[in-house]
Amino acid sequence: MSVAIRFSAVKKRFGELEALKGIDLEVREGEFFALLGPNGAGKTTLISVLGGLTQADSGKAEVLGSDVQRDYRAARRKVGIVPQELTFDPFFTVRETLQFQSGYFGLRRNHAWIDELLEQLGLASKADANMRSLSGGMKRRVMVAQALVHKPPVIVLDEPTAGVDVALRQTLWAFIQRLNGEGHTIVLTTHYLEEAETLCNRIAMLKQGELVALDDKAALMASHSARVLSLRLFPDVLPAALQPLLVSQEGGAYQLKLDDCGTLEAMLATLREAGVAVQDMEILKPDLESVFLDVMGRKRG
Amino acid sequence: MQGFSTLFYKEILRFWKVSFQTVAAPVLTAVLYLLIFSHVLESHVEAYPGVRYTAFLIPGLAMMSMLQNAFANTSSSLIQSKITGNIVYILLPPLSHLEFFLAYVLAAVVRGLVVGSGVLAVTMWLAWPEFKYPLWILAFALLGSSVMAILGLIAGIWAEKFDQLAAFQNFIIVPLTFLSGVFYSIHSLPAFWLGVSHLNPVFYMIDGFRYGFFGASDVSPWLSLAVVSGTVVVLAAFTLQLLRTGYKLKH
Repeated sequence: MSVAIRFSAVKKRFGELEALKGIDLEVREGEFFALLGPNGAGKTTLISVLGGLTQADSGKAEVLGSDVQRDYRAARRKVGIVPQELTFDPFFTVRETLQFQSGYFGLRRNHAWIDELLEQLGLASKADANMRSLSGGMKRRVMVAQALVHKPPVIVLDEPTAGVDVALRQTLWAFIQRLNGEGHTIVLTTHYLEEAETLCNRIAMLKQGELVALDDKAALMASHSARVLSLRLFPDVLPAALQPLLVSQEGGAYQLKLDDCGTLEAMLATLREAGVAVQDMEILKPDLESVFLDVMGRKRG
Repeated sequence: MQGFSTLFYKEILRFWKVSFQTVAAPVLTAVLYLLIFSHVLESHVEAYPGVRYTAFLIPGLAMMSMLQNAFANTSSSLIQSKITGNIVYILLPPLSHLEFFLAYVLAAVVRGLVVGSGVLAVTMWLAWPEFKYPLWILAFALLGSSVMAILGLIAGIWAEKFDQLAAFQNFIIVPLTFLSGVFYSIHSLPAFWLGVSHLNPVFYMIDGFRYGFFGASDVSPWLSLAVVSGTVVVLAAFTLQLLRTGYKLKH
C-alpha cells in the first residue's frame, strides 16, 4: 500500500519552545490513523506543517508524494483539514461558505457534492442560514464540510468532536467511516481516547514534540498494558504473596496485575491456601486510555 | 484562475452585503464635506482660473473617498479574517500568492470605483466638474485605488490587532490624503510645504485625477501617471514578497 502522508525529520521551533523535535512518520493510504498526545505535544503544529500553515524549520512533509512546500498546489488539493479552532466568516450563509471553499479549489460546479455534504452532516435545513446564527455544533459541522468540499483523498480532523454533542459525533463518525470505507485516508487527533480506540487501526503518540509510540492498535494495546484482575475478598485481606502484584485498591476491590491468564490459577490457589474466599472477580481488559497513560509515563489510576 | 475569481467574488460580496455602511456612508460623508466647504469657501478661493471652488473640490473628494475605501476594504477584510481565524480557509486551498494578491486588491479597487462613482453622481448636480478627459479620470481612479488597496493589504498583513490597524490608518493614510491637495491647490502653499507635497504620492493621484476633469493641474499628468504607476509597481512587488515569505500569515 502506498504512503498517504510522510513526515521526514520535521523540526519546528517557536522561540525557546521546540514544538517538533524531528518527526518521522508515515500514514499509509486507506488507514484510519490516530495522532494522540496531551495538550502541547505538537499535534496541531504537525498538522499545520502538513497544511502549509506553518513552515517547518527543517525536514519535509508530503501528501501522496507532493511536497507541501515545493509542490504546494498539488499537495493542498489532496488533503482536507478540519482545523481545531472554531472559526467562520460571519458575512455568509452555509451554502455560500461551501461554494466559496469549493471555488478556491477550482471547482465551480460542485452542487451535487455540496448538497450531499449538507445532507450527510445534517446541515440541509440550515443551508441558507447565516453562519453567525448557527450553534457551536452546527458551525463545527460546516467546518467539516469545508474540509471535504474538494473530495480530498486524505482527510485530517484536528479534534473535531471537542465540545460537540453525541448526535453530531455519531453522524460525523458514521460519515467519516463511510469515506474511509470508500478509500479515503483519515487522520484524527482527539482527546476522547475511546473514539480513537473504536475507529482507528493505527496509532501514533506524541509527547513534547517527539514520537513516543507508533504501532497498529492491537499491537500497541498488547505490548503496553497487561490485563488487570479485580478481586473482592472475604475476609478483606490480601495474602502477602500477592502483594507485589497489587496495582491499586479502591472501594474494597484489589486490582492485581495479570500478565497472562495462565497465572490466574496460581493466584487463586494462593488465596485458597490463605483461607480467603473470592466474593467477586473481574478481568479488566486494557483500554487505550491505560496504554496512553502508560506511554506518557504516568501511573495508571 | 477559478480560485482567483472565487476569492475576488467573495471579497466583492463581503462589502456589497453591507453596502449601506461601505458605499452609502462614505458617499454621504463626501457630500457633507462638499456642502460645508463650498458654503464657507466658494466666494474666497479660486484654485484654477475659471473653475468654481465647489467644482474644484468634487474630484478631490471623490478621489479621497475612493482611496480611503480601497484601503478600508483590504485592510478590514484581512484583519477580521486574521482575528477570527477564518483566514485558514484562504490559506489551506491551493491559491497562489498572485491569485491571493489580485483578488483582494481588485475587489478593493471595485469598492473604490463604486464609492467614487457614487460621490460624483450625487455631487455633480451641485457644480459641474466638466469631465474633459474621461480616460485620465479612469486611469487615475484605477491606479490610485490600487495603491491604497495594496497599502491596505500590507497594513492588514502587518497588524495583529484592530488598534494597530487604526494607527496605520490615522497616522499614515489620513495625513497623506488630507495633505495632498484634496481641498486646495498646492500652489497656494508656502514654498516649504509645496516641496513636501511633491513627496506625497497621493498628491499625484489627486492632481492627475483632477486634470481629467478640468484639463488643468499643478504638475503634468504624465509625471503624475509615472509616479502613481511606479508606486503601484513597487508596492505590488513588496507585497508579493511578503506573501511569498508568509510574513505574519504563516508561522
